Amino acid sequence: MAGAQTNRLDKGGLIDRSAPLNFRFDGKSFSGFQGDTLASALVANGVKLVGRSFKYHRPRGILTAGSEEPNALVELRTGARREPNTKATTAELYEGLEAASQNRWPSLAFDVMSVNQLFSPIFVAGFYYKTFMWPAKFWEAIYEPAIRRAAGLGRAAGVADPDHYDKAWAHCDVLIAGSGPAGLSAALAAGRSGARVIVCEEDFTLGGRLLSDGGTVDGLPASEWLSRTLAELAAMPDVRIMTRTTLFGVYDGGTYGALERVNDHLPSPPEHQVRQRLWRIVAKRCVVAAGAIERPIVFAGNDTPGVMMASAMRSYISRYAATPAKRMALFTNNEDGWRTVETALAAGLQIAAVIDARADISPAHRSLASKGGFPVLHGAVSGIDGGKDGVRKIAVSLTGGARAEVETDGLAVSGGWNPTVGLTSYHRGRPKWRDDIAAFVPDGAPPGMVAAGAANGAFGLGACLREGFDAGAVAARDAGRSGTAGSVPVADDQAFSLTPLWHIAGKGKAFVDQQHDVTASDIELAQREGFESVEHLKRYTTLGMATDQGKTSNVAGLAIMAAVTGRSIPETGTTIYRPPYVPVAIGAFAGHHRDETFHATRLTPSHHWAAEQGAIFVDTGLWKRAQWYPRAGEKDWLESVTREVKAVRSGVGFCDVSTLGKIDVHGPDAGAFLDRVYINTFSNLAVGKARYGLMLREDGIVYDDGTTSRLAEDHYFLTTTTAKAGLVMQHLEFCRQVLFPELDVQLTSVSDQWAQFSIAGPKTRDLLKEIVDPTEDLSNEGFPFMGAREVALRGGIKARLFRISFSGEMAFEISVPARYGEAMARNLMLAGKQFGVTPYGTEALGVMRIEKGHVAGPELSGTTTAADLGLGKMMSTKKDYIGRVMAGREALVAPDRQVVVGIKPTDRARRLRSGAHIIPKGQTPGPGNDQGYVTSVCFSPTSDQWIGLALVERGRERIGEIVHAHDPIRGEDYDVELCNPVFYDPDGGRQRG
Amino acid sequence: MRITCPFCGERELGEFTYLGDAKPVRPAADAGEDAVYDYVYLRDNIAGVMSENWYHGGGCRAWLKVTRNTLTHEISAVEPAAGAGAAKVGA
Repeated sequence: MAGAQTNRLDKGGLIDRSAPLNFRFDGKSFSGFQGDTLASALVANGVKLVGRSFKYHRPRGILTAGSEEPNALVELRTGARREPNTKATTAELYEGLEAASQNRWPSLAFDVMSVNQLFSPIFVAGFYYKTFMWPAKFWEAIYEPAIRRAAGLGRAAGVADPDHYDKAWAHCDVLIAGSGPAGLSAALAAGRSGARVIVCEEDFTLGGRLLSDGGTVDGLPASEWLSRTLAELAAMPDVRIMTRTTLFGVYDGGTYGALERVNDHLPSPPEHQVRQRLWRIVAKRCVVAAGAIERPIVFAGNDTPGVMMASAMRSYISRYAATPAKRMALFTNNEDGWRTVETALAAGLQIAAVIDARADISPAHRSLASKGGFPVLHGAVSGIDGGKDGVRKIAVSLTGGARAEVETDGLAVSGGWNPTVGLTSYHRGRPKWRDDIAAFVPDGAPPGMVAAGAANGAFGLGACLREGFDAGAVAARDAGRSGTAGSVPVADDQAFSLTPLWHIAGKGKAFVDQQHDVTASDIELAQREGFESVEHLKRYTTLGMATDQGKTSNVAGLAIMAAVTGRSIPETGTTIYRPPYVPVAIGAFAGHHRDETFHATRLTPSHHWAAEQGAIFVDTGLWKRAQWYPRAGEKDWLESVTREVKAVRSGVGFCDVSTLGKIDVHGPDAGAFLDRVYINTFSNLAVGKARYGLMLREDGIVYDDGTTSRLAEDHYFLTTTTAKAGLVMQHLEFCRQVLFPELDVQLTSVSDQWAQFSIAGPKTRDLLKEIVDPTEDLSNEGFPFMGAREVALRGGIKARLFRISFSGEMAFEISVPARYGEAMARNLMLAGKQFGVTPYGTEALGVMRIEKGHVAGPELSGTTTAADLGLGKMMSTKKDYIGRVMAGREALVAPDRQVVVGIKPTDRARRLRSGAHIIPKGQTPGPGNDQGYVTSVCFSPTSDQWIGLALVERGRERIGEIVHAHDPIRGEDYDVELCNPVFYDPDGGRQRG
Repeated sequence: MRITCPFCGERELGEFTYLGDAKPVRPAADAGEDAVYDYVYLRDNIAGVMSENWYHGGGCRAWLKVTRNTLTHEISAVEPAAGAGAAKVGA
């Protein structure tokens, strides 16, 4: 049976006592209730020690009750769901929860690394830069691994995350961050005005500080006002309230980022549900009612378990009915801290003493003290006697110099409140200092955003309600909603008198940033060493750089720096605020974009048929393309590819080439348009003919190539490479819309509309006759090389037929509407059976294009000119076109450019590899004599040896020369002969026949 | 960032592709190498209000001239490119 919840009050709290929950912390069993956080359940069970600190391994307890927590970080869950650095203060308790403390070995109570405290002089600010400098080679081998083991936080699961994450969009008029009094009041005003409202609340319960501090609103107890308000909001159809959702960032154009922890409060997400959801919310207006964070006072031993923020102490008592201390003391410099005393007394707890740094204490509080029977000491806490089991005694420096001691089992601290200025400052806004509350408040905000309530420095309940209401009403009006906001909720304003107090000098470590173990003396050291700028201070000491982003520590750090440099706090300034407000899992940003859904997958029209054939697929951008079709008994890809090539060259084969980009170009000026985008001329292309075209970038470098056919006087059909399909469309639209708007031409992307197959080999015509309607003339006269026209297929389907060849064989490409693509593949197999038809993949396609000396992606590398590719003669001198002028620049027409040439190894048995450098024979390879490199290679079944294409300096003038191929990556050196890049059928008789 | 496409309405940044300075005009065929060099390579990169070419590839495929403050990302005007068909749409 689980523990007894020794520190649970008998009544009260927003917990469901009828729903007990069992959980384990560091292997020990405990129980809590529905409505607890892990932290409140630990408090209820009297657990004070929950972790060890980052550098010094000091014992740490729970400091806060919210997402600002620097200490109570645990590994939540186990196995693949183990999640490090989870705040116990925001983790909701569920049945069977398992959590483990972090950064301790072998156990939390006895931690070997706590000896680091003895060596603490070497862990001071900037220690990495100073201590481990020598010898240099020790860094990677010894220092870094040792530091990483000793420091650091929780352990990642180390295996793939089993859960799903989602991304979603939402749109609204008014987005409200926070559901405290200001946020709910804003939601009421905006909702009543008719606005579409979204309220994001990071807690699982709505109400903010109302849940812990209570009060009276509109004459009702806060809890009743809260129920009434939530009911009114729930009845508004356009008000959406999202709990467990943190607004973490603001982006341009009124776009906000929010993280919804959809199922973090359950052991694992229910089936088919996501763990978390990343929201992008587009809002016309945003009201930041994110409240304020109570700040610590820095004194020696302020990190001892049992020292807790005063507001957190009363949250545990009133919201969770859990008592962090039986007889606590309060250390405050402001009026608000006293509310914890009132809460504790009301719950029947005892107060050991109140230490108030202010000179004046109100008569009401004095009488409270005399009724409660505790002393009020003027002064400051200067030290703690305690350890891993909590606080035993506190040392007090009284105003006037005397010292006192107070026996207590817990210390509540209130140093004032810092408005949450993150969201309002994320566009490089700098908050401004307000002396009356000794805090930074927003000074403007990104467009459309306004802060209200405590987030704006208005700490009283009445002020929060008024500011929120006004902001909500104005936001709704600005968003174009004209309804009536009604009356503002009314409450009293509490006094907030504060005497600034940041740091009490004393013996022992006084922590500013508890998560990163940055002490007050680290800040003083940084100043002595010249790191006075806040940005330097931050990076040198790592103040505020932990996962809590310094929510409880930054302002205190600035204040201490201000004191030691003799400047004011506003003069010292703040560091730049950057999102996210809370850590966001990478998984949430990725959403469903992981594994097989990392990106969209495009399948060719014949994909399913190819898969039936056992094709091996290759990723080509988003496409899956059949790379080769292995057959039983073939020992490797090379054997399959070689068979496919031989089958095409001796009979007939086909290949799905639907991945090519396809663009219909329509209009009376279509020809003139193409003349401007291609280096060669298309306006004079006869209807029914195709032509190879090459386009340049405006800087004269080759951009893309493909065949374009003229199907009618005002209709061309253009193809692009697979890789550039989208980019060429974008480029052509730019040419059409921006450069040449005077031309009457329209572009339509039809890449997905047509299934296109290349059919190649001497028996191509025989096969086509089985497919095409017998009335179509496919003879060399009736359908000559580079002919292109629509034909009817047997059965009546219209197809586009192009007599073009990439393989160098007698070949056609045939296009049918994409929905017939798979049927076409099956039909080609069926009709071609008598001719031994062989489907071939991209690998055989590549082999045949290299054998034929056609350039492709490796040669169109973004560095080559048309002349480099051997296509310089295509450059028209009779017209202007994109890239014409720049292509004529001196270096682009230099005679010693690297140009495409064929290569074959002098040793016929040798394998070639792409990437090898070409060096003159007999020379030692080096950058000075590097004359080019091998771009494409293949084993050529036709030549029965490896062949390749290379870019080589003056290559075409050097045919027959033996050069050296140097491949330092693979450690290979061999000789190759430069040769004509057209290895197969150089005069082109086969493709014309 | 959000851009209001004259054809599609207000859309999210991810639908658009940025090209850059919209000021340079492609020189006439006989303008000479220096003019083309300037057109190809000399681009303003203003800290402030700038006229830029954007492509609505995730929408209507219109090229747009967007007036944007590069410091604040505030967009003050979006116009279709001359050939994007605005006149025909409006007619």
